[in-house]
Amino acid sequence: MNHLFFFYTLAVLLIGSALGIILARNPVYAVLSLVSTLFALSGLFVLLGAYFVAAIQVILYAGAILVLFLFVVMLLDLTPETLFKMKGGTLKLAGTLFGLFFLWQFAQAVRTFTPFPTSTTSSVAGTTAAVGKLLFTTYALPFEVASGLVVVGIIGAIVLAKKKVP
Amino acid sequence: MTLNHYLILSGILFTIGLVGVITRRNVIMILLSLEILLSAANLAFVAFSRALGDLSGQLMVFFVMIVAAAEVTVGLAIAVVLVRQTGKMGADELRGLKW
Repeated sequence: MNHLFFFYTLAVLLIGSALGIILARNPVYAVLSLVSTLFALSGLFVLLGAYFVAAIQVILYAGAILVLFLFVVMLLDLTPETLFKMKGGTLKLAGTLFGLFFLWQFAQAVRTFTPFPTSTTSSVAGTTAAVGKLLFTTYALPFEVASGLVVVGIIGAIVLAKKKVP
Repeated sequence: MTLNHYLILSGILFTIGLVGVITRRNVIMILLSLEILLSAANLAFVAFSRALGDLSGQLMVFFVMIVAAAEVTVGLAIAVVLVRQTGKMGADELRGLKW
């Protein structure tokens, strides 16, 4: 009962703030809506027992990526006519229709979804210890490759941002 | 609370992000919508991880977050350079390769 209440509260918050992102005219409001979306998603992760993922969702996404977004939005002093106009009416209509079609297909797929045998042996809790053990044993190589990707991202950002305007 | 509730929620979130990518013209708004798409995938990963009793789904979320961080860093740097050089932000105006 409690679980259901929290699920629906967080789901409404999630959908509402996600709609706020794509409908906002001011980019600062869109970024702040994304913060709200990510906090709601973090709450859903806690409901699912993924505590470590919920924590890094708040720290990494809401803490680092969103601040980066906000800095860039504020740094780029956009003139009003370059500011966030929607595309033409036909394209907006086409996008919405495509989205509804996609959602309908997805609902059909989920409705006819045969439930596979779920493991009832242990309800896994995604604590830091459990996730960390798996991360440094089974997924040690992908973890190292990911660190390489982050280094490439840092160097790329520095090279791009330092480029002089001709 | 079954798996299907979370999957439907993830599908709705993915649809919202998809509509955002299609209908928005600004590069920054497209990047924000991409974040919604990645978050929807993360929700599905964690829901399946819970249903299957396997922690690998949560590891995948961790890696998706790392990829999202790298993507946003480089994407926003490109957006800054774009505005500095052309003064425009629209994805429609990127025609530099065609002369």
